[in-house]
Amino acid sequence: MADLLTATPATASAAPSPRARDRRRARRNTLIGWSFILPNFLGFAVLTLVPVIAAFALSFMEWDSYNPPEWVGLDNFQRLLNDESTKIALRNTAFYALGHVPLTMLAALGLALLLNRKIAGVGFFRAAAFFPYITSMVAVAVVWNMLFNPQFGPVNQFLQFLGVDSPPGWTTSTTWAMPAIILTSVWRDMGYYMVLFLAGLQAIPVEQYEAAKVDGASTWQRFRAVTLPGLRPVTFLVLILLTVQSFKVFDLVVVMTDGGPGRATLVLSQQIYRRGIIEGEFGYASAISLVLFLLVLVFTLVQFWFNSRRERR
Amino acid sequence: MSTVDTAAAPRARGPLAIVRRVALYVALTLAALLILVPFLWMVSASLKRNNDVFTIPIQWIPKDFQWHNFADIWTRVPLATYLGNTVFLSLVITFLQVLTGSFAAYGFAKVRFRGRDTLFLMYIATIAVPWQAYMIPQYIMMQKAELTDTFWSLILLQAFGAFGVFLMRQYYLTIPDELCEAARVDGLSEYGIWARIILPLSKPALASLALLTFVNTWNDYMGPFIYLTSNDLWTIQLGLRSFVGQFDADYAMIMTGSVLSVLPITIIFLLGQRHFIQGIASSGMKG
Repeated sequence: MADLLTATPATASAAPSPRARDRRRARRNTLIGWSFILPNFLGFAVLTLVPVIAAFALSFMEWDSYNPPEWVGLDNFQRLLNDESTKIALRNTAFYALGHVPLTMLAALGLALLLNRKIAGVGFFRAAAFFPYITSMVAVAVVWNMLFNPQFGPVNQFLQFLGVDSPPGWTTSTTWAMPAIILTSVWRDMGYYMVLFLAGLQAIPVEQYEAAKVDGASTWQRFRAVTLPGLRPVTFLVLILLTVQSFKVFDLVVVMTDGGPGRATLVLSQQIYRRGIIEGEFGYASAISLVLFLLVLVFTLVQFWFNSRRERR
Repeated sequence: MSTVDTAAAPRARGPLAIVRRVALYVALTLAALLILVPFLWMVSASLKRNNDVFTIPIQWIPKDFQWHNFADIWTRVPLATYLGNTVFLSLVITFLQVLTGSFAAYGFAKVRFRGRDTLFLMYIATIAVPWQAYMIPQYIMMQKAELTDTFWSLILLQAFGAFGVFLMRQYYLTIPDELCEAARVDGLSEYGIWARIILPLSKPALASLALLTFVNTWNDYMGPFIYLTSNDLWTIQLGLRSFVGQFDADYAMIMTGSVLSVLPITIIFLLGQRHFIQGIASSGMKG
């Protein structure tokens, strides 16, 4: 079979020339290589690769589970532009990203700087900062919902103690529900990105700090001249990961507010779920997912481009 | 984890150094408390009478401990079923992911053949595509195959992730090729090299992948939420969520359920902390 499929020029003689041996070995390697990859690849191809490609095609079709799919060109995208709730979901997702990305980044960097030292017990503090990340979103959302309880919750009790007369209604208020979700997600995710920042800090050569010290640089100057530039690759990575993660936000919103009150916290993933899986409008939902994917892609590319430009300077 | 002291280290002895050190520990303890406060509140509320959960001022230590909350919850909701389902799913998915992931990673890292790198690029590219972007076709496929509302859907969807292949490959690249070369000279087949040389050497990476996959599956909400509709198939996350809807004002019980859903993960985290952090640091950094 393999012989028939590979178009090899018929130059090989009957005697095993070195070239023929090479080719045989290459073919053997290909077989062995594929045999290792195949078990995973079968699952991956059927359940990830095919759906990714199908998602593209579907977004140009109209299809529910009852009628056969029909090619409708750009209709789904036109509808998307006029769909109030999709526009709201897009706006809310952007709002969430604008809060979640910078705040998580600052918190994670702060924690990493605080915990990047050799002192007794630092392991415990790192573990404590990381712990929220591995607890389930449902438990986290449930607990924070209670902490944010407008009347009796500890958060508002604390705010009143600080002298805030009418603290926000958090998840019951259309203005404050999204900030409540953002705060919860920052708290949960900062430990994860702290680990990345810590690894980045430890990759900065100690000699650079020593050289700066010899030159008489103060702590702040050393931070600006050595730490920040040294962290650029990690910062870039964190920025991409955080942006992508923000656009995908789903379960925290579903459990904390389910998009409410009203549509105040409805996000894109939720809109895809509602249109596609609940209402069975596969084509239209796929069009929304394509927008989500393009957003993620554009942001990743812009950040890549921005970073490479800064590096060249 | 080796650390490099980059901040201004109080090397000098003397009263100032001691003050700085104390201040540092106070700051660290405050930060840790602030981060852990939701958990403390959760545990405290789970041991209270329902009326005592929301009091002004906050009661941090319950007046009298309601230990029976932790016994009662098992009869209020089918918690044992939920936990059993979650354990089953997490174990099966973790096993398959680690097995197929490390097997495929060997092909990508140690066997040279045409098209290998293109194929790997395809894997990487799909990691960048958000899952939400292709969940509709996946759902249609599962529906056509009549696998929705079975464990099969979740096992198939999560056991062949590209992430596991990526993580293991990154680790295998750090194992010198000479080791495999020597084993080949000794007459070991490629499968033998994988099983007897590479696998034992990659224990830390296997542990990282296994722990991360287990915890992710345990905590997964979106997958079970979309695919599992029958109550007797629910995982602990779905159970907890529906519990909140059912017993809206039963705050103490809800917190008891939350504690029980978080407890197994806490134990696993405390045992395997190092591997978690290494797995995250290496999968994030070496890419």
